Amino acid sequence: MNKNGTITMINGPVIRGKNMANFKMREMVMVGKKKLIGEVIILDGDVGTIQVYEETEGLTLGEDVLSTGKPLSVKLGPGMMGNIFDGIQRPLLEIDKMNKDFIPEGIGLISLDQEKEWEVEFCVGEGDSLTQGQIFAYVKETELIRHKLLVPPGKSGVVISLKADGKYNIEEVLVVLKDDGKEQELRMYHEWPVRVPRPSKLRKEIEKLLITGQRVLDIFFPLAKGGTSAIPGGFGTGKTMTQHQLAKWSDADIIIYIGCGERGNEMTEVLEDFPKLIDPKSNRPLMERTILIANTSNMPVAAREASIYTGITMAEYYRDMGYHVAIMADSTSRWAEALREISGRLEEMPAEEGYPAYLPSRIAEFYERAGYVEALSGEEGSVTIIGAVSPAGGDFSEPVTENTKRFVNVFLALDKELAYSRHYPAINWLDSYSGYIKVLERWYEENLAEDAVKLRNKMLELLFKENKLQEIVMLVGEDVLPDDQRLILEIAKIIKIGFLQQNAYNKDDTFVPLEKQYRMLKIIDYLYERCRSSLALSIPISQIKSQKINDELIKMKYTVPNDDLSKIDEIKEMIDNYYTELEKQYLV
Amino acid sequence: MKKEYLKIDKVIGPLIEMSNVKDISFGEVVDIKSSDGAMKKGKVIKIDGDRVIIQVFESTSGLSTGNSSVTFTDEAFELSLSKDILGRVFDGLGRPADAGGELYTRKKYNINGRPINPVARKYPRDFIQTGISSIDALMTLIRGQKLPIFSGNGMTHNELAAQIVRQAKLGEGANEDFAIIFAAIGVKHDDADFFRKSFIESNAMDRVVMFINYADDPIAERINTPRCALTAAEYLAFEQDMQILVVMSDITSYCEALREVSSAKEEVPSRKGYPGYLYSDLASLYERAGMLKDKVGSITYLPILTMPNDDITHPIPDLTGYITEGQIVLGRELFQNNIYPPVNILPSLSRLMKDGIGEGYTRKDHPDLANQLFSCYSKVQEVRALAQIIGEDDLTETDKKYMKFGKAFEDNFISQGFEENRDIDETLDIGWEMLRILPKEELNRINPDMLDEYYYI
Repeated sequence: MNKNGTITMINGPVIRGKNMANFKMREMVMVGKKKLIGEVIILDGDVGTIQVYEETEGLTLGEDVLSTGKPLSVKLGPGMMGNIFDGIQRPLLEIDKMNKDFIPEGIGLISLDQEKEWEVEFCVGEGDSLTQGQIFAYVKETELIRHKLLVPPGKSGVVISLKADGKYNIEEVLVVLKDDGKEQELRMYHEWPVRVPRPSKLRKEIEKLLITGQRVLDIFFPLAKGGTSAIPGGFGTGKTMTQHQLAKWSDADIIIYIGCGERGNEMTEVLEDFPKLIDPKSNRPLMERTILIANTSNMPVAAREASIYTGITMAEYYRDMGYHVAIMADSTSRWAEALREISGRLEEMPAEEGYPAYLPSRIAEFYERAGYVEALSGEEGSVTIIGAVSPAGGDFSEPVTENTKRFVNVFLALDKELAYSRHYPAINWLDSYSGYIKVLERWYEENLAEDAVKLRNKMLELLFKENKLQEIVMLVGEDVLPDDQRLILEIAKIIKIGFLQQNAYNKDDTFVPLEKQYRMLKIIDYLYERCRSSLALSIPISQIKSQKINDELIKMKYTVPNDDLSKIDEIKEMIDNYYTELEKQYLV
Repeated sequence: MKKEYLKIDKVIGPLIEMSNVKDISFGEVVDIKSSDGAMKKGKVIKIDGDRVIIQVFESTSGLSTGNSSVTFTDEAFELSLSKDILGRVFDGLGRPADAGGELYTRKKYNINGRPINPVARKYPRDFIQTGISSIDALMTLIRGQKLPIFSGNGMTHNELAAQIVRQAKLGEGANEDFAIIFAAIGVKHDDADFFRKSFIESNAMDRVVMFINYADDPIAERINTPRCALTAAEYLAFEQDMQILVVMSDITSYCEALREVSSAKEEVPSRKGYPGYLYSDLASLYERAGMLKDKVGSITYLPILTMPNDDITHPIPDLTGYITEGQIVLGRELFQNNIYPPVNILPSLSRLMKDGIGEGYTRKDHPDLANQLFSCYSKVQEVRALAQIIGEDDLTETDKKYMKFGKAFEDNFISQGFEENRDIDETLDIGWEMLRILPKEELNRINPDMLDEYYYI
């Protein structure tokens, strides 16, 4: 254990040390008198290169590099839920208690609260044979989350002793296993290296919708439990807003929110808002199912690179307990930039735009950790990844967006023009896509309506047509178009304003149940069909268009309560009355 | 015992390289004496074995490899601060540049600061009235916000910043506890003079601290200027409980200085030759704005940057926009049409306004009104594009009203006098007056009840 290296080079967050032949690749080390946390990233003979997770100013040549013998790991156990950590799982609230307001360097490695006692309830007995990943006890972590204690992967054996149900802190030995004559102690937590995906029994097919309550997502570009998605957009297009909406309303059991190189105030906002927001299903604050990881843009850049892995490892851990976890990474571009910055300091040969050549493989490794699995414990769980991408200059052809596109199934392109006209969520329906429409078709049929996907495709087609027509309108004006095309423009306008736009600040509209979403679109379609049959009777569009009905449809997101959809029937009646009356006049 | 080294290996631009040095720390400050006796300051930016690279904050001309002496001070770069800095002028490295003499204090602060713990932050919610309609109504400034002004060369950003400084209601009530920190980073002498004059005219000079690095000052000094200013701001805000407004001009010069030093260090360049860490570096400035839970003071931050070629996708405005909480964008076309302030509202944004406006903060109709104005003005752009092709006469009646709205909005709402200070009620009322040009059914962003209340004829 007591191996020492000596610092020979310092260049920002990258340092080099000699006498490090016994160090291991990716090992966690402590650097200098202040014991800054770092990780070995290159070994060359007895010279090791280390990325340091804290500010290196004041470090002196010749100071020690201490080995810890283990890779960069997180402690997985009770105490994570509702908490906020930095990029290497150090609790920010604790740090704030120790050092008011600002984050100093050299705090050392702290993570879960070691003092706090948890009520443990065992579900195994002496003599039981436990396999890896099996659940051996329960802890009520928050009102919402029952934490299931797992036998760490790689360990198994027969229980030779265990504690009685009761209160313990996470350091106490709860169970002793005997395997091949070797004794193994199980505590409430175990450590896991962040860069290694946790094993599961088998990967299952993706077939469930991740309900978000956002119309443009649930109906047009659905996310799936265990799936991957990316939200690219230039600044000011609402990436963070979309991420926050998903964190608040998606029907995942657990949310892990990684603020990766973003604004400090955004984390503060989550910290202030989430405890006040009540989960509609359980009536408990949303914070009880949320873990925050914050590496704001002014915190050390190397820890930004690690924060993504810290988050996904925690997600996999809860997945193994049988939970559906959604992980939001805001933003993966900052993570890629952290890779670039470190790569630059290592003087590696750059590929596109200065990014290292291994960027695509790193992005792939990250997104591939999503999935719907049967865990070692036999439970079913999933990890859904929703990554924000901040393309430089809003240009989607830059390397991070391009490479992300290759490895995700849902692509939600945020659009500057839409954002400028305050069309939120500014998800461009022409550029976005969801690869899950096909696999979710059955789910929609069983859980929503037979024709849900068909309706969606029809409406999307209408929007595509409208886009083409708009090009003509830009040249010659609307008046010269034939009536059926002008109808498409009218209906598309209703879809855009009445359906796609969603007001996150309105208490009804911020989350809309699936049923209402479907009914809303259905009634728009109904209007379209009624208008079309009127058109067939050669009634001019000026007569067919009823501003009053259009307004009613546009406003239905506010006027129809989420829990009482009978109002939609009234609208339908109104449409029927108007068009029957109109057709009567022309039939005579 | 401080060691003095007499041999420099290389001088390249603002960097010097030395070998055979021992016991030095990363980031340490060095004193360099050239053969003609001039003292310069520098900082260790890379150590590799016994070789070090030092960045010199002043001009390296006159340094020779043989006849200079370099002393390592064993200290990080620190700034002496006390309340006496109010009303004073400093150079880009924080040394007094007026007749006031040295500052006597024992309090020294590392100019790099430390990251604010996100859990210690207080989410900013207090509205600052700037008296400028376009800003107050549509991109409301919030106390503790970082809101840059994206401008272009020759536009009226300095006038706008001066007007904000003069009119902004920073403190509560008596306005006793506010101060302004102005950092000039590579600005022209007349620009700096313009600000100084405007501070004097508004009788604010004894509440202003100025850090000035002129365009002809050494570029390496420029890298420290904003840090000195922000360190002073943190001191006044969080130790002296004051409300601070930091105005900085011009961030573009700062980034260019960073690029120059980076290329001298032979680093791998990223977009347009700027270093790969430009984002992190800018963040280390911008993120120092804010409020703390247990402190009264606040830092509101208004950096000004000139977009090269008016290009908002240039790396400097681009990365800035990703870090700051919105942006005020000035438009060339408005400027050419003699509209002051030429705020192009469509790409402009304040991310914090949603929590600082509306009932209990400004007025209950504010959020909907703002939303509607944005949406209508965006429609104006479409109609104008159409009018260019088919001619204004062939527009529909509604579209003609949009044309009229667009013109009136620019002339009466966006445009206002350099001395004109409109309060929020006046601003919102003008907004409604503009909307009344349009038919009621076009206003679909406004809650129907609100519309009935305010859209009277």
